[in-house]
Formats: sequence, C-alpha cells, structure tokens
Amino acid sequence: MKLLNKILIVVFILSMQGSVQATLTIHITEGVEGALPIAIVPFAWESKEKLPEDVTEVIRSDLIRSGRFAPLPEADLISRPHEGRQVNFADWRALNVDNLVIGKVEQLKDKSYRVQFQLFDVIKGSQISGYSFKTSENNLRRTAHRISDIIYEALMGIRGAFDTELAYITVRTIHGDQKIYNLAIADADGHNEKIIFKSAQPVLSPTWSPDGRHIAYVAYSRGRPELYVQNVSTRRTKRISGHQGLNNAPAWSPSGKYLAMTLSKDGNSEIYILDLAGNKLNRITNNYAIDTEPTWFPDEKGLIFTSDRGGNPQLYQIAVSGGKSKGDLKRLTYEGTYNARATISPDGKKIAMVHRVEGRFHIAVMDVNTEHFTILTESNLDESPSFAPNGSMIIFATEHEGRGVLSAVSVDGSYRQRLSFQEGDVREPAWSPFKSR
Amino acid sequence: MRRLVNLLIIFGLIFALTGCGSTTKKDDEGTSVAATEGGAEGEIKLDGESTEGGATGEVSIPEKRVIYFEFDSSNIQSDFQEVITAHAAYLAAHPDTTIVLEGHADERGTREYNIALGERRARAVQQLLTLQGVVEKQIQVISFGEERPVAMGHDESAWSLNRRVEILYSGQ
Repeated sequence: MKLLNKILIVVFILSMQGSVQATLTIHITEGVEGALPIAIVPFAWESKEKLPEDVTEVIRSDLIRSGRFAPLPEADLISRPHEGRQVNFADWRALNVDNLVIGKVEQLKDKSYRVQFQLFDVIKGSQISGYSFKTSENNLRRTAHRISDIIYEALMGIRGAFDTELAYITVRTIHGDQKIYNLAIADADGHNEKIIFKSAQPVLSPTWSPDGRHIAYVAYSRGRPELYVQNVSTRRTKRISGHQGLNNAPAWSPSGKYLAMTLSKDGNSEIYILDLAGNKLNRITNNYAIDTEPTWFPDEKGLIFTSDRGGNPQLYQIAVSGGKSKGDLKRLTYEGTYNARATISPDGKKIAMVHRVEGRFHIAVMDVNTEHFTILTESNLDESPSFAPNGSMIIFATEHEGRGVLSAVSVDGSYRQRLSFQEGDVREPAWSPFKSR
Repeated sequence: MRRLVNLLIIFGLIFALTGCGSTTKKDDEGTSVAATEGGAEGEIKLDGESTEGGATGEVSIPEKRVIYFEFDSSNIQSDFQEVITAHAAYLAAHPDTTIVLEGHADERGTREYNIALGERRARAVQQLLTLQGVVEKQIQVISFGEERPVAMGHDESAWSLNRRVEILYSGQ
C-alpha cells in the first residue's frame, strides 16, 4: 500500500515490436491509497529462445495501470512457484500480500503456445481462479490481457477492460504548416498501433460502433466536414453524411441502429438521428442556438447534447424513442458557464463532460440521480472524455509541455496517469466496447 | 518556436529511425478546396492593381479579409462592419465572383462545439453580406473550428488571432 501511496512518477517505457510507429510512455501522476498488494511471479518459460512477449510483464503493467493493484517488486519475491503444489502460503502471508498469481508458458509442437495461470487467496490458502489458454504467437499479448481481465474481475467484482482498444487521432506537422492527421487504433495499453485512415485535412470525432467493428468519424477529405464509417478490419470506408454545411459529432446508439449527428443543412447546427437501416433522417432539435455533441443513454431513450440556448454552452437532455424526438427537454448542468461534450457511463449513472473553471478546462463528472458534481482533473485544456467499457476509468485528451497527450483518471478522481506518444499530438481518445468473450 | 524546433527534432529522429513511421496506404485525396490556404498572413496586396484599375473604373478586392471575434461569440464588432460592407460592395458589383467564408475558433472549449461556433461566425458574416446585396450562391461557408489556428501560442494574443472568419476569394 505504501508503495503506491506517494509514488508520483513511475515510468514504464513500453517497447514496441515489429514496425515501430510510436513509443508510448505511461506516467502515473497520482497514485492510489488502498491499491491491493499482489504478488505476480514471473511465469515459467522453459526454452532457450526468448518468449516473444513478456506475458508476466503485460499482466503486471495492466494491473498497475488500473490503479487498483500494487504488485510486489520482482526482487521481493520470496520464491518462484509456477504450479499450485509449489506454493507455500505462509511465505506470501509474511510479505503482506493478499493475492498471488503464478503461471507458465509452453510452446507446443504446432508452434502455438499454452499459457496457464492460477490466482490464489493467500490468506485463505486457496485458489480463486485458474485457466489454461492455447494461443498463437500473435495473440500472446491478448492472452495476457485476458488473464489480467480475469484477475481484475475475480478480485474487484467487475469485468476488466484490459482486452480492449483505443481509437484516437494523431497529428504530425511536416515541413512548415502542412499537417498529417491519422486515425489510429491501438490496444488499451498503447501497443499495436494501427493507422486506419490518414489525411492532410482535419480528421476528428472518432466513435466506435457498439459491436466494435466500425468507427464513425468526421473528415475534411473533400474540403469540408463530412461523416464517414470505416470497417476496422477490412478498412472499407463509406461516406454516410455529406449534406451542405456541418456533418459532425457522430454518436452511435447502443443498439447500433441509429447514428446521432450534428447537421446544419437547415440553417444552423441541430441534432439529427439517422436510422441506419432505412437511411431515414429525423431532426431532434429546433433552436437558433448551437446544438451539437449528442450522446446516447444506454437505454436508447434519451440523448444528452451541448447547447448554448441559455447564453453559454450547457448540457441538455432530450427524450427520444425509435430514433425520434419525444420533445421532452431538460437542462442538466448549472455549474459554471461552460459544460460541453458529454459522455455517459456504460451503466447510465454518470455523465462526464468538459467543464470550465477560472478559464481552465477540466473533466467533470455528474451523478445522474443525485446531480452531485465532481471535477476530476487538474490539467488544463482537458477534453474528449471517454469511459472504459467497465466504467472504471475515463480517458481524455489534454496538453502537456505544449503537446497533445492522452490521460486517464479513475471515476472517483483518485488515480491519474498520462499516456504520451513520442510523436506529434494525440487527441480525441475513444475507448472501445468490450470484445465478445 | 522552441516547441517547433523540438517537434522537428523529434520528427527527424522518428523519420530516421522508422523510415517515416507509417505503414498505411497512400490516401485517396487530392480534391481539397483550392482556397483553404492563405488567410491572415497570406493576403495578397493589390495596391498596384488598384491604382491602375481606378482608371478603368474597376474596384479592387478589399484588403482586409479577416474578421475577428470575442470568445464564444459570433457577434460582429463595429470595427469589422465596414470591412464586411466593403466586401459586400465588391461582391455585389461582381456577381460572378465567389467567396468561401472560413470560420475558426480558438483552442479553448470542445472541438465539435468550436466547429459549430466557427460556422455560426461564418454565417454571421454571410448574413451581413447578403443583407447588402450579395447573392447567396456567391458564398460558401466552411467551419474548421479550432483545427486550423494561425497563431500557435496558448494565450490571449494567440487566441484573439485564431477566433476569426477568413474571406477567401476563389481563384486567388
């Protein structure tokens, strides 16, 4: 516990393999009191060749990044069991760890790998969980993330979000004013970055379809903002909205049936819902003010959007049914003079937003039922909050030393970390949904 | 400036190490609007033409082509009313001339809100132009929100230059 108590800067340099695109550095900027002490014994690997992925290190990093665990330093490990019968619980109790993870990796005749792990309750002296996975070399990291997910769920009671992905925009400046915008996806720990769309014109607002197979975004490829939907695996892209004026702020409905968006074809920026099956468009707002940044409640019965109809940007809620407005409008935020770009937690109980205090922009969270309002971040120019699919963390974009970087904060604000790529600006992170188990 | 130098050094290293750091296919672009560059620094001076043109009764395109705004506002300040009036006069006299009104915002606030704000600024200029006889089809409105700042700083001196509408004449 003491370990993470006052650690202000822990730096992991996560090396990239294969075609190097960017190196991601994670700085833990605020540790957590009460992180769970856990011993993770390096998994046995009996071969002269190097294991292509350090499975133990991936699990360790995952658990540290969650802010909920304080793994014992490797040097403090008292013994190195890799099978249940080798575990002497008294040893581990003496080290004050509650839980122990052991495992081993073997290469099979068909060149695939078997990864086996066990999680123990040290106090009770019993196994909590244990699995064996057969996997390919390419999927070793993913298997490690799945193990992290199992450990997290067994000990925290909610599903882990390690085996997920991030979509984000990177911007590089090349000679002079010329910029290159990339739409990238990477594993939630920043590895395996893939650029799926590249443009010399602005690209923004990436958002995942609820099945994680598509990303909708805004691109200025034809000189003005239009909406595109891209298949993440085939990379096939379709322009889905190209009206006169704005085609912006896409938001997929939880069922995947509808796409909410901002259009200005009828005079000024208004919220519309596109029924994707019938290609039918319904107008949701009708006001001379700016209406934009729609986001869905998980039950698909309402949208939250930003509007300055009250004189400055605030969040409003409107009831919808079957992709149509029910007309029931309610202002949600009264705190301060700038609340915008809402996103709703997967359980529908919390609204994260960009909030201005004394000229600085932070991420804030409001409880839907109690309307309790909390500012989570201390950095400036914080924007684009996105919940992890298990609701435990919010990833967002901010500025650090003049560069756009990503940062993550636990929903209670107690734990913060910064993820910086070595290259250019990173912005607009969107955390993927869970992958199907 | 230091930031730019740093970035260049970092990019230089990355390029050297990775051979461009990218594995994606060439994008399928090339159809960008011709008039998106230019702006505050790139204004073309037409002084010479204007005096010569005077003899044949020609009016030149007004020199001031950027309208600036207050934070989170699309109200046109009185200083800029006459700038817009001058453009209105030129455009009304040249009905075949078309312009793009490019709306921009500073970096503060959210990206999508700023795109809507940039559009509202451009539409405010458009409205003043059309009220003074410019035909709607002469004007195209595009908003870039905070995506295309002209000044890179993080203070009011940079922000005030970035909250703008650029009047871009086609063919220039």
